[in-house]
Amino acid sequence: MSSISTGVHIIREGVEPVIQMTCRDRNRIAIQSDLLGAYSLGIRNILCLSGDHQFFGNHPTSKNVYDVDSIQLINLVRRMKDEKLFFSGELIKDYEPKFFVGAVANPFADPFEYRVDRLEKKINAGAEFIQTQSIFDMERFARFMELCVKRGLHERAFILAGVTPLKSWRAARYLQTSVPGMIVPDDIIRRLKDAEDPPKEGLIICNEQIKFIKEHIKGVSGFHIVAISWPEAVPVIIQRSGLRRD
Amino acid sequence: MIVAEQKPIAEIAGFIADRDKVLLVGCAGCVSICLTGGEKETGILATALRIKRRMEGRPLKTATCTVTRQCEPEYIGTIADMVKEADAVISLACGVGTQFLAERYPGKHVVPAMNTKFAGGSKAPGIWEEYCGLCGDCVLSLTGGICPVIRCAKSILNGPCGGSQYGKCELSRDVDCAWQLIYDRLATLGRLDTLKNVLPPKDWSRSRNGGPRKMIREDVMTGSNQNAAD
Repeated sequence: MSSISTGVHIIREGVEPVIQMTCRDRNRIAIQSDLLGAYSLGIRNILCLSGDHQFFGNHPTSKNVYDVDSIQLINLVRRMKDEKLFFSGELIKDYEPKFFVGAVANPFADPFEYRVDRLEKKINAGAEFIQTQSIFDMERFARFMELCVKRGLHERAFILAGVTPLKSWRAARYLQTSVPGMIVPDDIIRRLKDAEDPPKEGLIICNEQIKFIKEHIKGVSGFHIVAISWPEAVPVIIQRSGLRRD
Repeated sequence: MIVAEQKPIAEIAGFIADRDKVLLVGCAGCVSICLTGGEKETGILATALRIKRRMEGRPLKTATCTVTRQCEPEYIGTIADMVKEADAVISLACGVGTQFLAERYPGKHVVPAMNTKFAGGSKAPGIWEEYCGLCGDCVLSLTGGICPVIRCAKSILNGPCGGSQYGKCELSRDVDCAWQLIYDRLATLGRLDTLKNVLPPKDWSRSRNGGPRKMIREDVMTGSNQNAAD
């Protein structure tokens, strides 16, 4: 289902959604048209991303678009708000969409030394909040955030740390070996393998991660709980971690 | 060069199933260099088609020739007599050559023996790789001489995306991440600073999105082809 439609359902339930717009499926005409529609339906938060290559989904023979890339998209959406300009550069006379613009950052992709530069590039392009890739390798995330804080990026955008509860060691192994841009340390797999009740252990690990990040890593403004095929885990994690909306 | 590979023999045979005498036209240009449509391959394909048809009890007559370049009218004009004798013509050139043949001999059934793949070069014996996306607006000066438009699976102008790991593209461990290559090259050149600039959305109208493209040079035109430019 499209992210915008899902977002509308979520609004109807009284919750504020963040919708995703990928560069893979639409050209700039379609993106702008859908975003105007999304705004008219009450959607206010948008995450701009390249999108996984179609090869990974169940349409590997389809054609990708990539008319614009994620950084260009961030800038185009911000320009609608700040300069009242359509993507084409034409003036928006009235009711310009004022989205809260988000971007993604993956501290676990390479080249590591360029990842902070690229995040800065996204913030310079207009990103106001950042969702990171799911974090399992705390040491690498800590190094990444240290560099972000050194440059003051955490003061220019809200950085949300991505955490993913894992139901089984197989799920962990899958993320470790088959999902590009992920680093899953072996000891997480071992803990899930040895656990009597793996989903329970998965929730414990996730809450430990949140606690560690809250206590030891500077510059993180919030969390993005990426509960892959496990939405029931979200309220449990939030309750146990004591996370709240400020 | 334009890199093209031969279609499966059964597919080519299917194109000429109802013909008895065919002319196979090779090309001594790019497809000859990538070892798929030159003189030797033209002979082999003719033999294979004859054997297949003999086994099916419907013998096929073949004639072969190889022209210097099928994408130039003057070279394909010289085979008019051979084309006339054939029921159908099989082109072993890229899609350009096949179309030039079909255009030059409009009354003749011209079919392709090749799938035209990309503009690239030979990396090592037996390996050809795509290097140019023919986008019509070259960005190589900004990207360390490595093309993100075609060598990045997402044509990202401000890469690398989050799927780049260990120097490889998210698509496969066999595919280099073009942006890792760009990063390394710019680092070697001491020009990493250029990556701080956001490259703006590309003008795709110069690519095929603007319709079939044409290049016109009036300085080399002769009287007879002035009209073709219009």
